[in-house]
Amino acid sequence: MVEYIEQMLSWMPESMVTVLIINLKIMAIVIPIMLAVAYLTLAERKVIGYIQVRIGPNRVGPRGLLQPIADGLKLLMKETILPSNANRFLFLLGPVLTLAPALAAWAVIPFDEGMALSDLNAGLLYILAMTSMGVYGVIIAGWASNSKYAFLGALRSAAQIVSYEIAMGFAVVAVLIAGGSLNIGEIVIAQQGTIFHWFWLPLLPIFFIYFISGVAETNRAPFDVAEGESEIVAGFHVEYSAMTFSVFFLAEYANMILIAFLAALMFMGGWLSPFAGLGGLSEFLFNIPYLGKLLGSGIHWLIIKSAMFCFLYLWFRATFPRYRYDQIMRLGWKVFIPLTIVWLLVAGVLVIGEVPPWFDKTV
Amino acid sequence: MNAITNYLKSLVLIELFKGLALTGRYLFRKKITVQYPEEKTPISPRFRGLHALRRYPNGEERCIACKLCEAVCPALAITIESELRDDGTRRTKRYDIDLTKCIFCGYCEESCPVDSIVETHIFEYHGEKRGDLYMTKEKLLAIGDKYEKEIAANKAADAPYR
Repeated sequence: MVEYIEQMLSWMPESMVTVLIINLKIMAIVIPIMLAVAYLTLAERKVIGYIQVRIGPNRVGPRGLLQPIADGLKLLMKETILPSNANRFLFLLGPVLTLAPALAAWAVIPFDEGMALSDLNAGLLYILAMTSMGVYGVIIAGWASNSKYAFLGALRSAAQIVSYEIAMGFAVVAVLIAGGSLNIGEIVIAQQGTIFHWFWLPLLPIFFIYFISGVAETNRAPFDVAEGESEIVAGFHVEYSAMTFSVFFLAEYANMILIAFLAALMFMGGWLSPFAGLGGLSEFLFNIPYLGKLLGSGIHWLIIKSAMFCFLYLWFRATFPRYRYDQIMRLGWKVFIPLTIVWLLVAGVLVIGEVPPWFDKTV
Repeated sequence: MNAITNYLKSLVLIELFKGLALTGRYLFRKKITVQYPEEKTPISPRFRGLHALRRYPNGEERCIACKLCEAVCPALAITIESELRDDGTRRTKRYDIDLTKCIFCGYCEESCPVDSIVETHIFEYHGEKRGDLYMTKEKLLAIGDKYEKEIAANKAADAPYR
């Protein structure tokens, strides 16, 4: 595909072709993400509806499938209100600073073997850096709104995101020890084997902590004190309306999908097929015409796994009541960080001891 | 010992998994949503909706202007003026119900000695301008004429319990 486009554009200067192709790749990532975000909002409303024994939106289009488009149109049409006492520049910068890192982080996600926009060797570090950038958007938005609710929400979310970043960072370090690389593609390849070779088993507590920290990082229920609609109205985005609000919304859901993808990549074997590594059986399965392609490794497995994690997000939201603020802090600092440090040591021992089936060098 | 088991329980998130299992079961429950304009819930014969004035089968209006409903109405929504008709009977000259005042308690229906004022099963109505919800005698009688069959059926269905 890329070669074909390169050939077609051979009359252009080489540098321009490179820029064009990079832009095309960015489009190929961002547009599906935006669609996924739109339909994740619908999925959220549907899933939560179903759990609450109702059916959720079903009026716009067949089975409510056009609902996200109607929502988007509504948000586009509405007026963007700028509070008169707000700092205009920062007020508008806030949403941008939230969305930009949420999308930029996708640059290093490998969707299949070698299918990443940028096959960065420090991919995990880059992701950590980008996801921590998001908190600036929230703080700036809360501060620039010049509203006490927004300010309280910003303070809460700043403290929360910073606290959980530490646990998340340690979790990523454990994955880095186990995978032996900071390159996400190589981490996935290190998990090759059966479903029990994936890192979720040797790093089980880390896996849980990573995902829970991820929920806290994205300010989702039950850690949504930054939004806290029953206490501080809507937290940092009370003063935002129309498109500025929807940008926050997009960023939140893009971050959710990102965390889901990362959890799938780091712990659930990314694009690897769960039927692989079974010797003769997997050979038989992969050689079935057409169906074998689906059962084999590929981007679809990554998408399925991440969809499962996205569903977990929604399931959590429908199940758990919001944590009290001091409980969030206690969980982050006094439970997760010690646990991750302990399991870091365990992971180190597992790797040095070359414990099979995960870390024996022969495979 | 108890403290240790509690600690272990919270460490393996047992309560949280129980909660997830519960909501997970509800995910597959039969949904109870009634999709309103297409589906409707059954209505009791005692349903208290839009008011109507009834007539006897021979076309004579039932109301005898006793003003019991006017007296019992807690919202003071009913206004009645009576007159002596040429045949010597007392009938209403004016029978108004202000539906914007009415609280649909059904006392008027209960108090009526001749089953004249009734509350029907109609609840899908609206007014588009001021005064549309101010029901006059003519409007009330028209509703009664239109829905007499349903009103009579509901009355009959409820009769054994009165």
